[in-house]
Amino acid sequence: MSLMGQDVLTEDGLFMVNIGPQHPSTHGVLHLKVWLDGETIVKIQPHLGYIHRSIEKMSENLSYRNFIFATSRMDYLSAHINNEACALTVEKGLGIQATPRAKVIRIIMAELTRLASHQLWWGCTGLDLGAVTPFFYAFRDREAINGIMEETCGARLTMNYMVPGGVMYDLHPNFQKHTKDVMASIKKNLADYDNLLTGNVIFEMRTKGVGVLSKEDAISFGCTGPTARASGVSCDIRKLFPYSGYENVQFDEILATGGDCYDRYMCRMAEMRQSVNIIEQLIDTIPEGDFQEKTKAVIKLPKGEFYQRVETARGELGVYIVSDGAASPYRVKYRSPGFSNLSALSQMAQGVKIGDLVAIMATIDLVIPDIDR
Amino acid sequence: MKEPGYFKTIYLSVRSLLKGMKMTGYYFTHLKEIQTEQYPDNRATLVMADRFRGEVIMPHNDLNEHSCTGCQACEIACPNGTIKIITKQEILADGKKKKAIDQFVYHLDLCTMCNLCIVACPTDAIKMGHEFEHSVFDKSQLKKILNVKGSKVKAGVE
Repeated sequence: MSLMGQDVLTEDGLFMVNIGPQHPSTHGVLHLKVWLDGETIVKIQPHLGYIHRSIEKMSENLSYRNFIFATSRMDYLSAHINNEACALTVEKGLGIQATPRAKVIRIIMAELTRLASHQLWWGCTGLDLGAVTPFFYAFRDREAINGIMEETCGARLTMNYMVPGGVMYDLHPNFQKHTKDVMASIKKNLADYDNLLTGNVIFEMRTKGVGVLSKEDAISFGCTGPTARASGVSCDIRKLFPYSGYENVQFDEILATGGDCYDRYMCRMAEMRQSVNIIEQLIDTIPEGDFQEKTKAVIKLPKGEFYQRVETARGELGVYIVSDGAASPYRVKYRSPGFSNLSALSQMAQGVKIGDLVAIMATIDLVIPDIDR
Repeated sequence: MKEPGYFKTIYLSVRSLLKGMKMTGYYFTHLKEIQTEQYPDNRATLVMADRFRGEVIMPHNDLNEHSCTGCQACEIACPNGTIKIITKQEILADGKKKKAIDQFVYHLDLCTMCNLCIVACPTDAIKMGHEFEHSVFDKSQLKKILNVKGSKVKAGVE
């Protein structure tokens, strides 16, 4: 028996199944080749490239001001943080720093993005595991955050609000009031989230002990973000290599030890509370002053290599720019968190039933355009 | 940690399910304001945020004048080649020649609403409009010429 020129039954009696590229649980065009022994997964091979847009190559022909917008389309759920990473790298090359006001705005915006991203993930995890209700609660709160983004940045998803030297506009006059309102309602609603899903017996049975990733494996696969922190790897860039003034705010790095789906879930739930905590610390004390450092009309980086890492909602994003002194980068490379986290999927899914693969994929929080770029 | 007994497990399981049901029931009986927007029906009352990016527009005043000097800063700032400015030489009253725009061509189908052209403009000639319903049957309708026919540069804008 063959499918698309490939034998479905292998010589050692395994059965090959294609999941994706169009499958509701992959949240995008991810293609997984899964080899099964009965119902048990033996091997997984992810196939990429269905949404490759060559953002890195495109950046080589764009100026240092222009190439930032394309990164919103990588990990579209942490668009702000991607833009910030690029802006920080260019600032590093220029040897300047954003103004104090811009730094605080950046942190608040990044944490709002992280909250919105985790809320979407929470809803979709419920959806993947058969609980439809959480999705609506999550999107109700996420909508409020998107409203804040629209008011200040002009867009809901692909903001392009970070520019080298600061932010594009000053904050909207209503920003502080609306953010405080949203934070108050989110703090209340996080308890609702726990009531709905966290203690639920069906959810616990689907996630506890499923898809265990050991600490050693997490390190050797290069996992970052909540995926690695659930296995006990301390890898929060905000703590280890503070940028944009994260060294001045008080927050905890969330670590767990189990490394299973439930721990990854709990890590993200706790991170949402930390994000609310960070925003509440800063929202009343945004320093006055310029929101943008003066930069030249045409930015030229000196000859050399510049690297900056930031913590997105999914893990560590690295931006690497090689400059030859011209007005556009010689080479840009993005180290995306999704790609490394996906590589551990085969290890996590070994020996689990095919139904649990959905739970593992949901808790890694894959965003496919981030993997392909 | 000791595993709970058989009946205790059943009790805890049922309780966890009821906890979620209780919350759903609470929202079911306590209807607050409706969260969803009835979009196509609320067109008349729909207000977008002031900074909402729908499309690039060029405001003209009552005398059919705009502020675009044809400096092409927006064309350089655009990452996608969305804007093409065609200039012409205008002969002024005193016989001097001056550069002015003939056509400000805007390809809406290429635009990503990144706002870089608006920031680059030195005379605030262009801004972001709030129109977001851009569907057309023919792609060529998305190529727009922003300056109105017969319009001139505002006096004093250099």
